Amino acid sequence: MSAVSASTAVKKSGAAAGAPGGKARKARRKGWWLPYALLAPAVIFELVIHVIPMVTGIWMSFLKLTKMFIANWGNAPFIGLKNYAVALDFNSAVGMGLLKSFGITVAFTIIVVGLSWGFGMAAAIALQKAFRGRAVFRTLFLIPYALPMYAGVIAWKFMLQKDSGALNHLLFDNLGLPGDKPFWLIGDNAFAAVVVVAIWRLWPFAFLMLMAGLQSIPTDVYEASAVDGAKPLRQWWAITLPMLRPINMVLVLVMFLWTFNDFNTPFVLFGGSQPPAGDLISFHIYNASFLTWNFGSGAAMSVLLLLFLLVVSGIYLLFMNRRKDNA
Amino acid sequence: MKIRTFAAAAAIAALAITATGCSGGTNSGSSDSGGKTLTYWASNQGTSLDNDKEVLTPQLKKFEDETGIKVNLEVIGWNDLQTRIQTAVTSGQAPDVLNIGNTWAASLQSTGAFMPFDSAAFDAIGGKDKFVKTAMDTGGVPGQDPTSVPLYGLAYGLYYNKAMFSEAGLTPPTTWEEMVADAKKLTTGDKYGFSLAAGSYTENSHFAFINAAQNGAEFFGADGKPTFTSAGIVDGISRYLDLMQTDKVVNPANAQYDNGTQAINDFANGKVGMVLSQNNADSSIASQGMKNDAYGVVAFPAPTGGKDVATMVAGINMSIFKNTKNKDAALQFVKFMTSEATQGVLDKSFAALPVLNGVKPSFTDNAEEAKTFADIYANKSKPLPLVAAEDQFESTVGKAMNQMFAKVASGGTVSKSDIKAALTTAQQAVEAAG
Repeated sequence: MSAVSASTAVKKSGAAAGAPGGKARKARRKGWWLPYALLAPAVIFELVIHVIPMVTGIWMSFLKLTKMFIANWGNAPFIGLKNYAVALDFNSAVGMGLLKSFGITVAFTIIVVGLSWGFGMAAAIALQKAFRGRAVFRTLFLIPYALPMYAGVIAWKFMLQKDSGALNHLLFDNLGLPGDKPFWLIGDNAFAAVVVVAIWRLWPFAFLMLMAGLQSIPTDVYEASAVDGAKPLRQWWAITLPMLRPINMVLVLVMFLWTFNDFNTPFVLFGGSQPPAGDLISFHIYNASFLTWNFGSGAAMSVLLLLFLLVVSGIYLLFMNRRKDNA
Repeated sequence: MKIRTFAAAAAIAALAITATGCSGGTNSGSSDSGGKTLTYWASNQGTSLDNDKEVLTPQLKKFEDETGIKVNLEVIGWNDLQTRIQTAVTSGQAPDVLNIGNTWAASLQSTGAFMPFDSAAFDAIGGKDKFVKTAMDTGGVPGQDPTSVPLYGLAYGLYYNKAMFSEAGLTPPTTWEEMVADAKKLTTGDKYGFSLAAGSYTENSHFAFINAAQNGAEFFGADGKPTFTSAGIVDGISRYLDLMQTDKVVNPANAQYDNGTQAINDFANGKVGMVLSQNNADSSIASQGMKNDAYGVVAFPAPTGGKDVATMVAGINMSIFKNTKNKDAALQFVKFMTSEATQGVLDKSFAALPVLNGVKPSFTDNAEEAKTFADIYANKSKPLPLVAAEDQFESTVGKAMNQMFAKVASGGTVSKSDIKAALTTAQQAVEAAG
């Protein structure tokens, strides 16, 4: 996208330079290739990094790309929309599995983004006023975000073990909860486990963005409203939220996309074999592609996921922009 | 002008970088056009990746001294191996020679990315007849030139703790019923009769297969189509799950054991009386400080009246990538690795059974254990289905078993109709990919 708009800009300026007089035209003839040469790297990078893999992925979704063909996948037979039909046939195991995974992912995304935003907002407001040790808290809060993903999630994996994990040790041995220690990483609790770890990873980002946003709101607005008798909650609703609107728009969208596509958290937390309750969609598609060597079907599922995310993001942006216009 | 030239040069340089960025690394495996360097992916066999390197490096040095061919070694952990092979097949950026799990041979053969061992190739590595038949049967799809040859032989055995058995007045079991009765006696307090890698889908798929085979049931019909839901398979899986569900001789915490080592550690530390494992458990048990004479091994028993299948034919095979530029060197290397001298060293270090005819097992000094495993391997084994969809069977059925164990462990019950439903789902996934 950026490459396209840049090239039109250069074309315009090139045409403008070439318009008056023969001398300029001559100069243009001599160095006509330069703008293109300068743009070429950007265009090529854009092609290599985004366009070609995307087009390849979409093309793959129309192929019968099983193990019989992956060694030379140019020869894989074209089967049209069959991969999509299988993925969307909710009477079959494959379609049903995808649908279930989709439902789990929607619930996961709503909870994780909602709570991460809430925690981030609460922490950002709590650390807004200067106090002794504020820098320490800010640093502590950002640790999950700064840690390498793998190290952080592996630590959770150890903590969530049934018999040797720190969580069950705390709950049952120290706090004396009655009953048997539960499993966290297999069975139905797996959903709670992956939600907690994902929030742990995500909320510092919300905190960081909202903290920066809060600092950009002039303090005299609050002072004026205080004079008018506004309580903190009212101030938050009437001043903070509207002023943070541009940041929140981007923040929520980005967190939504990241969380919906989260692959690393379940992959590291559950290893190669995910429990059904923690079967998030990126991981599900990975398994569908790699475990059954059916890359065409995996590609079709990825395209469906992409379409869904595009539609949701589009509606979100439209809705948010309209509200902004009305305001 | 100078600035323009500079800018153009920069643009061209950037272009060049992108171009090399795409092509860089292609065929890194066979970069030496002289045919003097091979890339070899070894699967992790020893106690760690480093341990594998230590064992293999002197052998590779010896090979280089003999032939002048240098071997670049990379040891790959078991959990990564299959994905790495898939990526190599897809991208063509592959090693010259590699290890595969022998159960994947037929699946990998169907990709067409591996060199078939025709009669000339077999001549070059010392003939087909040098291999034990049981091992050679796993080389690929029956009736076609195999695309892999045996390297290490492995078999499951039932390890039992001698002291715990004699304390409880028990003798090693010869039938399934005896085994369960023994295990129940051994299950007291925080000790259990058994430990199982109940969260490992590969181990689970192996035992789904073995238990079904004891009932005479097959996972694939003669036409190569999956038949996962037959009564013999459902019964076999039910019997295995019942060790945790009904007999309660397995700690439910085992449902989180996603690799065999954790179950073996429980055995070596005296937490359980028995463990089902392949013979390469010996090195892990020793590394935990349990002496070889403290345990015995018998064949994994079948239920009374069942077929005497105690293991699938486990092990590691060697394959050559079809697009290698060093075919002759690769064949020389396979010949070297499957020679008696090299096998003698590697079998001992990796606790593997010999895949060569007429060679005595060297993986243990315990003659009785060696004899037991050699007998299981030669007489009580059955290869996993030699069909293209074998790896799909392993992942779908194995994962279904993981989930069933998880359900049992967290207090639920798994009925035979639940098992059938899970197997129906697994079968549909395999059919959809076919």
